[in-house]
Amino acid sequence: MGHWIVVPVILPALLAPFIILAARFDIVVQRTLSMAGAVALLAVAVTLWVGAGAGPEAYRLGDWPAPFGIVLVLDHLSALMLVLTGLLAVAVLLHAIDGFDARGRHFHALFQFQLMGLNGAFLTGDVFNLFVFFEVLLIASYGLMLHGAQEKALRAGVQYVAINLAGSTLFLFAVGLLYGVTGTLNMADLAVKVPLVAEGDRPLIHIAGLLLFAVFAVKAALVPLHFWLPGTYAAAGPPVAALFAIMTKVGAYAILRMSTLVFGANAGGAETWLAAPWLVPFGLLTIAVGAVGVLGARRLRDQTCFAVIGSMGTLLATLGLVTPQGTLAALYYLISSTLAGASLFLVCDLVERGRASGDADTIVPTPPFRGQEVVAGLFMLAAILMAGMPPLSGFLGKLLILDAAATHPWQGWIWAVILSMSLIVIVGFGRAGSTVFWKSAALPAAVGPHRPAACGVAAAGTLIAAGAALAAFAAPADAVLSLIAAELHTPAAYIQAVLGSSPTILGAAP
Amino acid sequence: MSLALVVLLPFIGAILPPLMIRSGRTVCATVTGSVTLSSLVLLLIHAPAVYRGEVPVVAYEWLPSLGLRFSFFADGFGLFFAALILAIGLLIIIYARFYLGRDDPMGRFYCYLLLFQGAMLGIVLSDNVLLLLIFWELTSLSSFLLIGYWRHLPEGRQGARMALAVTGGGGLAMLAGMLLLGQITGSYELTEILGQGELVRASPLYLPALLLILLGAFTKSAQFPFHFWLPHAMAAPTPVSAYLHSATMVKAGIFLLGRLWPVLAGTEAWFLIVGGTGLVTMVIAAWIALFKDDLKALLAFSTVSHLGLVTMLWGFATPFAAVAAVFHILNHATFKCALFMTAGIVDHEVHSRDARRLGGLLHLMPITGTLALVASASMAGLPPLNGFLSKEMMLEAAGHARPPAYPWLVPGLATFGALLSVAYSARYAVHVFLGPVRDDYPQHPHDPPAGMWLPVAVLVALVVLIGLFPAAIAGPIVAGASDAILGGALPDYKLALWHGITPALLMSAVATAGGLVLLALFWPVRAVRDAMPRPEAKRIFDAIVLGAANAARRASYGLHNGQLQRYVMFFVVSVLVLILVGWQTGRLDAGTREPLAAGYLAGIAWLLLLAGCIGIVAYHRQRFLALILTSLVGLIVSLAFLYLSAPDLALTQISVEVVTTILMLLALNFLPKETVAESSVARRLRDGALALGSGAAFAAIVHDVLTRDFTSISAYHLEQSKPGGGGTNVVNVILVDFRGYDTYGEIIVLGIAGLAIFALLDGALRGPAARRLARWAPDQPRAADLHPLIPVVATRVMLPLALMVGVYIFLRGHNLPGGGFISALVVAIALLMQYMASGFGWAEQRIRFDYHVLIGWGVLIAGLTGLGAWLFGLPFLTSGFDYFHFPVVGEVELATAAIFDLGVFLTVVGAVMVALANLSRIARRAEPIPVPQEPMDYTAPVPEPATTAEGR
Repeated sequence: MGHWIVVPVILPALLAPFIILAARFDIVVQRTLSMAGAVALLAVAVTLWVGAGAGPEAYRLGDWPAPFGIVLVLDHLSALMLVLTGLLAVAVLLHAIDGFDARGRHFHALFQFQLMGLNGAFLTGDVFNLFVFFEVLLIASYGLMLHGAQEKALRAGVQYVAINLAGSTLFLFAVGLLYGVTGTLNMADLAVKVPLVAEGDRPLIHIAGLLLFAVFAVKAALVPLHFWLPGTYAAAGPPVAALFAIMTKVGAYAILRMSTLVFGANAGGAETWLAAPWLVPFGLLTIAVGAVGVLGARRLRDQTCFAVIGSMGTLLATLGLVTPQGTLAALYYLISSTLAGASLFLVCDLVERGRASGDADTIVPTPPFRGQEVVAGLFMLAAILMAGMPPLSGFLGKLLILDAAATHPWQGWIWAVILSMSLIVIVGFGRAGSTVFWKSAALPAAVGPHRPAACGVAAAGTLIAAGAALAAFAAPADAVLSLIAAELHTPAAYIQAVLGSSPTILGAAP
Repeated sequence: MSLALVVLLPFIGAILPPLMIRSGRTVCATVTGSVTLSSLVLLLIHAPAVYRGEVPVVAYEWLPSLGLRFSFFADGFGLFFAALILAIGLLIIIYARFYLGRDDPMGRFYCYLLLFQGAMLGIVLSDNVLLLLIFWELTSLSSFLLIGYWRHLPEGRQGARMALAVTGGGGLAMLAGMLLLGQITGSYELTEILGQGELVRASPLYLPALLLILLGAFTKSAQFPFHFWLPHAMAAPTPVSAYLHSATMVKAGIFLLGRLWPVLAGTEAWFLIVGGTGLVTMVIAAWIALFKDDLKALLAFSTVSHLGLVTMLWGFATPFAAVAAVFHILNHATFKCALFMTAGIVDHEVHSRDARRLGGLLHLMPITGTLALVASASMAGLPPLNGFLSKEMMLEAAGHARPPAYPWLVPGLATFGALLSVAYSARYAVHVFLGPVRDDYPQHPHDPPAGMWLPVAVLVALVVLIGLFPAAIAGPIVAGASDAILGGALPDYKLALWHGITPALLMSAVATAGGLVLLALFWPVRAVRDAMPRPEAKRIFDAIVLGAANAARRASYGLHNGQLQRYVMFFVVSVLVLILVGWQTGRLDAGTREPLAAGYLAGIAWLLLLAGCIGIVAYHRQRFLALILTSLVGLIVSLAFLYLSAPDLALTQISVEVVTTILMLLALNFLPKETVAESSVARRLRDGALALGSGAAFAAIVHDVLTRDFTSISAYHLEQSKPGGGGTNVVNVILVDFRGYDTYGEIIVLGIAGLAIFALLDGALRGPAARRLARWAPDQPRAADLHPLIPVVATRVMLPLALMVGVYIFLRGHNLPGGGFISALVVAIALLMQYMASGFGWAEQRIRFDYHVLIGWGVLIAGLTGLGAWLFGLPFLTSGFDYFHFPVVGEVELATAAIFDLGVFLTVVGAVMVALANLSRIARRAEPIPVPQEPMDYTAPVPEPATTAEGR
């Protein structure tokens, strides 16, 4: 694919300063540029997806040979994440251009930078560069989170930044430790070097691996490192929170990438599948924390936050299965839960706008607003997608996960937790939906101009439709995801794409 | 294909009613009916083949790696159910057209109804059990919508939620059961599973699978102890109750029991659990039904009772009982659906369905009354109606089910159940339709339009006809369905009214007589029953759900209390645990590298560092002091860099230190100078221990890393810096070339920070924060001389010099310590000093510049420079350099990396200055100090603090 590989990073990185320079006083121009950029990104991502069919491909930045410079690596997994990001970006923008973007300054520039951060994190083949993109993500998301912020958001923002800076510090430390033992930062090179680490140095590598895992777990909101999420996502504007649905997936992606490539089957010694023993139990705990939060939520935003946490638990526990079948299930669920979380947040915003007050997401009946039926329908579908009920993709994802867990020693626990917590989530959404949408029908109607905007409805509808399509076309999805799972579980092609045919640099024999 | 279409048609057709309602209600109903009719016709096309013994199958792959296939098959059993669903559905659609009021959104109703119909058809025709599960949960969801159709009614909402929770939850259990079944048999296709009964029953997973599947089936079919949800689902409009809760959805559970009968039945566990549950349900629900005053509740519990009856028959696991079960399913669907419709008619016409307020309706609505009487007679099991036939078969089967320990238990209880059935059926007939006409009906009743009673009449006609000619009308259907279950081993049975004097007939007679006696004694028995305490299932359920929700709320909000200390504590503890675990995984060799000798200078610096840290901990609540002490730490770190031969890092660190400290000092001006004590002593001790622990752990790790040798990629960087990167300062070459992409990312981070600061502070200049700012008064004394002469002069003189230094540092960067980043900070400091010395207002008036432009250009230039490499077919950020000879200057190296570095420079200056400019905006808003006008006009009039406070 050549230069196309870097386009998902530099397109938004050039568009954002252009918006600052040329359009910072006109929202319409900003919207046009931003939307065009997002659509172009999606198109590029799809192109890359097609291109990834030829196998992993490295792009050597600055034309330096790996592992001495930084490489980007395109494979099916990164292409998939790019497509998902692009789709989400288009949908969220479609929703946000209906006035949300004008509540503060620089929304579109920050949005593009955020996309750049996401794409960069998905494409990079270098651990330190991943850190850099985590920083881009963090600061851009902080800016977006404060977009049109109320005081509450400032408070939550401080917590978000504080915890994530702690995470970043740990990231640096872990990368330093990895470098101090292996002498390299390139992921493929690490995959070659880690198995060769001398016996007497291995605990250091183990600690480095676990700390990296902790950093990613913070991003992925694994209990007990999830505390930043509910406050942050609930305080951010719902369209921003919808975009953030992919941010937790960055953590999951990083765990998946590092654990299959570096700390996977080939790592050797105690480092083989290093994160797996932690992922399953804490993933299950995360599911429970999420489900309890969904049931007990006072506000729709809170409920969605906890639903996102629960889905991350499911995803991470599934990643802990470390079989190709489990990886397939995790990937399918990753797509599905991203769509679900994002669409639920967009529906929250539709409710708030319908109720005509910026903070009106409390789960209490209020006078019905115009177009409430449509919003109610979207809520139900999004909740179905999230709770994992048929006929949308959430259910198939759950089936895949349960099926993949059937060979795991913890099968009983995994099944019991996932299924019982599903029930709690269903009850929670049922209560919330019937209170917000049905109970209100008993009240006198609110007369007002509030009515969900067509583009807002279309945005949430697009995401839900994507969930439906993922279910309807599960057979082709299954085929490509099993391909990705196979790619991940036999990383030789990836390593070869980065390091060339003989990965024996610095005298390290494979 | 057409078999799949049978199922899909209602789903596709579901979009029509909400659209067609615009053309009127009759059109809407007609269209809906046509959808169902088409589906029925398509289904019946397969009937001849099925009755010839063929099994039409259609299958598409859906999720191959899971074994989920979009596959359907129709055998006699499935066909029977599917036909029942569609035929009754058709009647319901007609009935609902006249039942629903003008204000009810009919399009939505028919839409949900079709969705439900499709889901139901999916259950009975699915070949793949996972597909079946999907449809199973879809019925839960669509019935949720149907029960909650009248969303303004609290009973509707609560009933809908309860039904969803119970049946949806059961569905999840069944999901696990089905997966286990697939695990045992290696297939999810029913047609394959059904042949492997032996294997399944012998498997160690049999019992868990059975229990989980039964949980699903029992909740759906409202079997004891899950019987409580069904009556509350009756808040739905009557057509829904008649369709879902008598004829179809609740039969899904017993359908499944029948479907899996060949696989699961025949063990002791099956007999005990299924038979026992059925029997208990039959009796208990009948008892409850008898005393329900609400007609629909009475019918609901009678439905539960009859479902229990069928469940019990499955539980007997004999072929004869299976035939009886099939036959009763058919009969029950006809008479119960008819009864629900009559109850709906009564409700519709009288506006009450309380048995205590009714009576004598036969005279006022003779058609409805007659139909109701016939149907209830069938429910009571009176000859010559169809209810009698299957009840006789049930009693016959029960007569043979005699566990050795209690031989009379089953027949006895079955007879008692039949007795109660007679009693409540009679009550429905007597207390509602018979007796004298009253004069206190809420509305004077008369027969409804034909559209409402005709569907009832069709069903009642079937009730009578099947009763009279069972073999001719129902015979083939029952035989076909039973054959499918029994796998071609039909028992010896005869569908007929008269079998001679059999034990069953005697039991039946006892039941009938007893039932009538019980009704005669109704009020006294009821008084006794009312006096007894009974659990109210709904209250218990509501209490559990509410309790759980409240507990969840407390737990969730209690855990996530918004306290940063707690969140960080969890983070630190997690990290510590991970480090300790990592340490345990192997034996760590001691480092072999010789430590360097530390001079006394290093010792002093180390002590200072330590003192600084302790000082911060001790005085962290005094923010100025803490800030200064923090900068002390930064300074010592830069000294350490210098000491360890890293001048670039030292330069960077020190300039960053200066800039951040100044910016924070400026910000601190508006913040409280002290923080409140937030932690108790105990928590401080805990946090202190954690801090020391994690600090020690990290120190140990760092020590371990620093004391060992390793080979790294940096050798290549040192070697290639000049030949490959064109610079002798390897740090700079790494920054702008080897890892220029990282730098590109990091300047973007700075740029974003600038934007975010602007957006944040711009927001703060509006709204409540702006009002607070306007009220703000300096909390520290102001110097009389706002802009002292010496700093003013010094900074202004130094400005060009400092800028020159910046340019110099920038240019030499590639070969000597320096570069864009450091130079930008130097320039920023020079500008910062103008703000500090001469005042915000003065500086702002002179630097009329939007720093956004700097950030924008900086990022753009860096990006475009990187992009330039494409022109030469090289990857992004590939640098180029060459040596040029200029007159006078001599040989000069020009590198694209320098342009990239210019981008870095601009972005960094921009970001710092945006922060400064916005702080200055805030400062000027909060404290409007007159701006000196002329150059060197340094003395501003000193505002008196008191008057300014008033003046504002």
